[in-house]
Amino acid sequence: MDTTKEQAMLSQEALQQIDREVAKYPAGRQQSAVMAALRIAQVEKGWLSRETIAYVAEYLDMPAVAAYEVASFYNMYDLEPVGRHKITVCTNLPCALSGGVHAADYLKEKLGIGFNETTADGKYTLKEGECMGACGDAPVLLVNNHHMCSWMTKEKIDQMLADLESK
Amino acid sequence: MSARELILAGTDGDRGWRLDNYLARGGYSALKKVVGERIPPENIIAELKASVLRGRGGAGFPTGLKWSFMPRSFPGDKYLACNSDEGEPGTFKDRDILRYNPHTVIEGMAIAAYAMGATRGYNYIHGEIFEIYERFEEALAEARAAGLIGSNILGSDFSFELFAHHGYGAYICGEETALLESIEGKKGQPRFKPPFPASYGLYGKPTTINNTETFASVPFIINMGGEGFLELGKPNNGGTKLFSVSGHVNRPGNYEIEMGTPFAELLEMAGGMRGGRKLKGVIPGGSSAPVVPADIMMDCTMDYDSISKAGSMLGSGAVIVMDETTCMVKALERLSYFYFEESCGQCTPCREGTGWLYRVVHRIEHGLGRPDDLDLLNSVTGNIMGRTICALGDAASMPVQSFVKHFGDEFLYHIENKKCLVPPEVQYEGSQIYVSPKC
Repeated sequence: MDTTKEQAMLSQEALQQIDREVAKYPAGRQQSAVMAALRIAQVEKGWLSRETIAYVAEYLDMPAVAAYEVASFYNMYDLEPVGRHKITVCTNLPCALSGGVHAADYLKEKLGIGFNETTADGKYTLKEGECMGACGDAPVLLVNNHHMCSWMTKEKIDQMLADLESK
Repeated sequence: MSARELILAGTDGDRGWRLDNYLARGGYSALKKVVGERIPPENIIAELKASVLRGRGGAGFPTGLKWSFMPRSFPGDKYLACNSDEGEPGTFKDRDILRYNPHTVIEGMAIAAYAMGATRGYNYIHGEIFEIYERFEEALAEARAAGLIGSNILGSDFSFELFAHHGYGAYICGEETALLESIEGKKGQPRFKPPFPASYGLYGKPTTINNTETFASVPFIINMGGEGFLELGKPNNGGTKLFSVSGHVNRPGNYEIEMGTPFAELLEMAGGMRGGRKLKGVIPGGSSAPVVPADIMMDCTMDYDSISKAGSMLGSGAVIVMDETTCMVKALERLSYFYFEESCGQCTPCREGTGWLYRVVHRIEHGLGRPDDLDLLNSVTGNIMGRTICALGDAASMPVQSFVKHFGDEFLYHIENKKCLVPPEVQYEGSQIYVSPKC
C-alpha cells in the first residue's frame, strides 16, 4: 500500500464511531452515514484530503466522487488544511446587528489575519460563517466546528484565545 | 402582558432537559394515553386538525392535513423526519427547544409515528449546533432505555425507531426534500414536487417532515385537546408560538406567547428598543420574509393572518428588529450575500439571479449604483420567482422586493449621493453593521 493511502486510513476508534452511525440506517443504506463519517474523519485528520474522502467512500461502499460531492457541498468540511483551531464567526444580519462584525474585526486584529487565512504558526484559521441558528446569543462563533461560543465581547474573545493558547 | 408557555414551561435552562425532569413535568403522559388507550390514529389526526396547529418551520401548512396525506395501507416502512436544520437568519427557537426540552420532541414524534404508522424517524439537526445534536443523542438513549421509543413501546405492539442525523453547513437542507437527500447521504439539492414526500420520500417511501416546534406542540394538543390548544391563540391561528427576537432590542431571545399577541407587547418583553432608539423596520418571520416598516408593524399582532395582511409572512417566527441607525441598503446587502452563498446551484434563475441581486445591491451600497438599478433588481427578482424547483429563489427575492418597496428613497439616495443616508459613525455605534471605507 502506498503512503498516501496509508495516511488516509482511519483509526479503529474512528471506524467504530462510523459503524455506530451506519447502524442508524436501514440495511444497505450505509451511504446515509457519509456526513457523519466525513465529520469523524475530519476530526481525526484535521481536514479532508482527497485520499481521506476516498477511504471513507470505500468504507461505506459508495463511489468516491459521491463522497466528494458531499464533502464539497457542505461548508463545515475543510478540503484544505486549516490551523489547529478554526474559528468561524457569524456575520449574518441578525448577528451583525448585535456586534458580529465587530467581533470578527477584533479577531482579525488580534490574530493578524483576515478571513480564510491561517496564522503563520499554524494555530488559528479564521472563517466567516453563515447563520448558525443562535442569533439571540450574538456575537456568536464556532471553535473547530463543534463548540459554540455565545455573546463574544472583546473580553470574552481574549479569554477564549487564552484558553485555546494552552491547548 | 406575560408569556404563555407550553413548550418552554417548567424547563430549567441547561438543568432540566433530562428524562426524569421531563417526567416530573408530566412528560410522556400524552404518549402513554395514546398507546395505553389505543386511541384510533384517525382520532389523533382529527385532534390535530381541530387544534389548527400550523407548521412552525415557516410555511404554516396545517399539520393535521399534512398527516392525513400519508397513505394508510402502505405495506413496508414509512418514515418521519424532524426538520431541526434551523439556519434561516434570525431563527433560533428549535435550538432552545432541543436544548431545554428534547423529550417533548421525541414524544411528539412518537405520537406522530403512531398516528401515521411510521416505523422509523430521523431528527435532522443543524450542523452548527453540534453540542445540541450530542444532547439529543443522549435524550434518545434515555428514551430508548425507558421503553419510550424502540420495539414494543410501553409494552404495546407499537414500535418506532428514532435517530439523530446532523447537517454540516448547508442552509438549503432546511428545504424538506433537500433534507431527505441529505439523509440519504447526498448533496442537499431539492427534488421536484410532485411526487410529494407523503408518497415518495426518504428512500422512496412515504415520509412526513415536520418542524421541531411542530412536533413539540403535539403532546400538548393530545393533553389539552385540539379545541383547548386552538383557544390559546385565535381562530385559524391555534396555540402558542415561540418567537425568536434578535437585533436592536435590549433582551434578544425566545419568547413563547399566544398567537395573536400584539407585536408591541412582544417588543416590550424583549426589553424594548436598545438604547431607546426609534424602530425603523422589522423582518417578522426570518430573513426570507418581506421587511415591514415600523408604523405598520406596530399595528400587527403576532399570528399568520395579521402578518400576512401587513404584506409579509410569520414564517418561522424570527423577528429581526432594526432601529433608525440601520442602513437598509447594507442590511439587504448582507442578506443578499447569504442567499447567493447558499443557493444550491441546481436551478439557473436562482444560481445566477442571486449573484445578480448581491452584486447590484453591493454596488449601490458601495457608491457605484446606476440610475436604473432599482428597475434591474425588480426585473431580476421577477425572473427568479416561481421559476425554481424550491422556495430559495423566492426567499432571496422577497427581501429585495420589500426593501426596495418600503425603503426605496434610501436606495435612491445611495445611487445619487454615493453614500449612506445614515452617517457611517451613527451606524457604527448604533446599528453595528459593518461600515465599509468606501461608504
